[in-house]
Amino acid sequence: MASTDTFASLRSRYLPDHLIGEILSKRWIDNAIPFSALVLTVVVLGSIIPDFFSVSSLSDLARQFAEFGLVVLALTIVMISGGIDLSVASVFSLAVLFSLIGVNVYELPIPVVLGGILVMGMGCGAINGVLVGYLRLRAFLTTLVSLIIFRSIYEIVFLRMSTSIMSGFSMSEMWLFIGEGTIFGVPTSLVITGVIALAWHLVLSRMRPGWRLTAVGGARRSAFNAGINVRFMVFLTYVASSTMCALAGFLFAARLGSTGSDTGVGLEVQALTAAVLGGTAIGGGRGSVAKAIIGALLVLLLTNGLINLGISGPITSTILGAVLLLAVFVDMRWQKHRHRILAKVYVSPAYLDLPPAPVVDAPGSPYALNDKLRSVEIIGLGEIEGPEDVILDRDDNLYCGTRHGDIVRFFGPDHKRSEIFAHIGGHPLGMQFDRAGNLLVCIGGMGLFQVAPDKTVTKLTDETNRSWGSVVDDSRLRLADDVDVAPDGRIYFSEATIRYEQEDWATDALESRPSGRMICYDPSTGKTHTEIPKLVFANGVAMCRDGQSFMFAESWTCSISRYYFDGPKKGKIERVISDLPGYPDNINRASDGTFWLALLGMRGPALDLALKMPGFRKRMARRVAPDQWLYPNINTGCVVKFNEKGEILDSLWDLGGLNHPMITSMREHKGWLYLGGVSNNRIGRYRLPDADPNWCAQDEYWGPRT
Amino acid sequence: MGKMRLSQEGVVFALALSLFVVFSLTLNNFLTGGNLIALVRSVSILGILGLGMGLVVIGRGIDLAMIATMVVSLSWVLSMAQGGTPLGTALLLGAVLALSIGLVSGILIAYADIPAIFTTLAMGLVAYGAGRAFLFQIDVQNTPAGVAWFDFLGSGMLIGIPMPIVAFGVLAAVLALVLRYTRFGRFVYAAGDNAIAARITGIPLRPLIVAQYVVTSLIAFFAGIVMAAAVSGMSTRVYNSTMIYDVLLVVVLGGISLSGGRGGVRNVLVGTLLVGVLLNGMTILDITYTTQNLIKSLILLLAITVDSFINPRDEQTSQQSQGDI
Repeated sequence: MASTDTFASLRSRYLPDHLIGEILSKRWIDNAIPFSALVLTVVVLGSIIPDFFSVSSLSDLARQFAEFGLVVLALTIVMISGGIDLSVASVFSLAVLFSLIGVNVYELPIPVVLGGILVMGMGCGAINGVLVGYLRLRAFLTTLVSLIIFRSIYEIVFLRMSTSIMSGFSMSEMWLFIGEGTIFGVPTSLVITGVIALAWHLVLSRMRPGWRLTAVGGARRSAFNAGINVRFMVFLTYVASSTMCALAGFLFAARLGSTGSDTGVGLEVQALTAAVLGGTAIGGGRGSVAKAIIGALLVLLLTNGLINLGISGPITSTILGAVLLLAVFVDMRWQKHRHRILAKVYVSPAYLDLPPAPVVDAPGSPYALNDKLRSVEIIGLGEIEGPEDVILDRDDNLYCGTRHGDIVRFFGPDHKRSEIFAHIGGHPLGMQFDRAGNLLVCIGGMGLFQVAPDKTVTKLTDETNRSWGSVVDDSRLRLADDVDVAPDGRIYFSEATIRYEQEDWATDALESRPSGRMICYDPSTGKTHTEIPKLVFANGVAMCRDGQSFMFAESWTCSISRYYFDGPKKGKIERVISDLPGYPDNINRASDGTFWLALLGMRGPALDLALKMPGFRKRMARRVAPDQWLYPNINTGCVVKFNEKGEILDSLWDLGGLNHPMITSMREHKGWLYLGGVSNNRIGRYRLPDADPNWCAQDEYWGPRT
Repeated sequence: MGKMRLSQEGVVFALALSLFVVFSLTLNNFLTGGNLIALVRSVSILGILGLGMGLVVIGRGIDLAMIATMVVSLSWVLSMAQGGTPLGTALLLGAVLALSIGLVSGILIAYADIPAIFTTLAMGLVAYGAGRAFLFQIDVQNTPAGVAWFDFLGSGMLIGIPMPIVAFGVLAAVLALVLRYTRFGRFVYAAGDNAIAARITGIPLRPLIVAQYVVTSLIAFFAGIVMAAAVSGMSTRVYNSTMIYDVLLVVVLGGISLSGGRGGVRNVLVGTLLVGVLLNGMTILDITYTTQNLIKSLILLLAITVDSFINPRDEQTSQQSQGDI
């Protein structure tokens, strides 16, 4: 028994199970499979084809890639916006033809030819764009027809001009430079394509037009409702696509100097295969320059390899068709099931051995059961939802957050009337007043905000330093939870977990993994840094009276610790309480020099035992519906008082949880204790029999009102 | 009001008739017996293919692999027959091949959720490439000599009507009855109109989709038999031509909406008539093959533009998950 426990503990400590889910949830995972396929193709072809890596074959490949990559990129842009452009192939061949006519037959200057070709591309794209974007025709069929139309034009013109193209010849230096020259050893055409690809990468990933493009493809109706000019965006993608294909055709013409009746035939299927193989989603919303490049390389290597191996044309086209079908199939399945796969592997419970829970109903227990919180006064019943934390100012006004994203102010002293003090948008959690009377508030999913007495809202911080070992991007704040302020103004706040959103807190409880932390924001420098990493659901924070340390709660380990951020013990953590009967939430000061602590739920023997069996909890998360999982018992309300030595001095209960189940916070103010709960629709007010009737936390923190 | 409204097939029919009259008056060789027979022959094959395409389009699908199916299966049949296999056996094997192509397309579309237009485009490539590589070696296959019923199917007459036209008429009648009076036919309309609603109602949507593509493949095979009999052979050039767009033109011009659930055999008939007259007229006018392609594509583009105005796409029932394609 003991050895299995040790094994489970070691395994959960040293085997990073949670990384699988975190890696799968990254966006770049879509590129991993195509990229490995590419590496595999290179290795296989490199080993069976002689001279595969020779300079001449590589430079030839680079030039082919410059043209083909541009076409694939063009198609990718259209596909990201939710459309498709099959006419890429015939726009390409038209551009080849007209470039050669311009250069060889009419001997026009190269820049004029290039300009003309680009304008021709724009024109072709504008036709597609008007038809698909503005007239709302089906993209696939429409571009299939325009493919035929442009192709027919190509054939008609080609028949008339082919002999004069063949007999003509250009001596232009520039033409040669584009076709055969290099810049620092890199083929000119590849440099041109590289610059365009880089520009598109920046537009797609860093700039507003690119985001709008992705939005149109991801959810057309939502994009329209968000005010994006959907039709114009779609129009633009077709114009961009055809222009890039025209440029690709120009490069091809410069390289080969001739054209045939089969130039560009079947290019659309190759480009489509490349785009889908790279991982660009059919139907839009997902795609990138990197995906286009990977896909283009993959298809180019495959077709060249097959030709090198002497495989006949029909078989090559069969293979290409089959690869296209397979890629679309995998893509469709992946899109449909990735969330399900992720949900199955993401939850990764850790081993946690809690000390035995204290027996609360034993005689003389400091946790002696009572129903003192059963008959408290009720404030704001039904008017508010989810006051996770409550706080009072010097004028007895009561502030609380609601899950609608408001901070509501109840006017003192009777708290009958209320107003919306500020609307921030996320669910406000822990709150505290700073020296100037600003209300600091942690917003789940958003970060740390400040509301001035004149109701202006300021974002203080929503990011911290990125830690190197973390796969999940832990620089963004996902669940800022409770906050307190040091005498010098530094703000310490907890982030419960970096792995889950607020509504999934119970899944984090099932994991009980150290994925929370304590963060410090310094208003004098405006900098944020992680003060204590790897805490198990870091929750309540309260400054100690010595001005150089604070108490903090870790919910799933049922413990309270004290951290010294200044003074001789700087950087030290001392465990204060390690065997609470429930899961601690917010901590706040009491009037007699001690602390109040809310317990959001009670421990139970079944869940305690399950915490030592990570495999069991993993199976539960995989096979059982979430509402059947083992949860903390949140149907009991409990508030306890403790001192700096960790002794429990008092406890207040609402055993059946009739009025206040799941108490997440409490504030003492002028002889009353105010109770908040993240899932409650009310605030409670309990008369403390022997508390100082004039004590106000703001006075104790910052001195009496000046 | 209802009586005054012009239906699309009415307009198309009138258009076809007037075009016929104009060609008869202006073109010397148009209204001759030989030309009319040629017209009817080419039209009937297009019409048979149009019937198959019409079926899947009513079910909100599309089958771009029809021509490939036709060419590959018939070329294989003829190459087997040349090699000594009895024609009956060869035809049976060819039908099995066509059926399997349809089955694979249908399964990929219905069960793997790959958009129909993708699947059939790629299926066409795969089928043709594989056929060209493994099933037959030469580009033009001739029909075996001395099979009387096969020749009769191509050039015979039944009470004065050429056999290809009879075949087209019989198939059209059968399909009309199937679409109107059988459970399968009604389900095709239901699925084409609103696939999700049809599925919720309890219609076995996926098997239904597979069945559509199988039937269409078999119709393509049938069209291939008629074609091979009529021209005494099968050429792979048919695959490389733009015939599939002619078939689409027949369906869309006739008035079967690409958004599914609407139209019927009558639409295919008038579409076939118009396209047939048009193609024949252009041939007599000695317009080159590529220019004909250009004209046909422009007309097709015009037709789908008009279609999108007459049958605007319903955002609620169009397939959102597959974007705007």
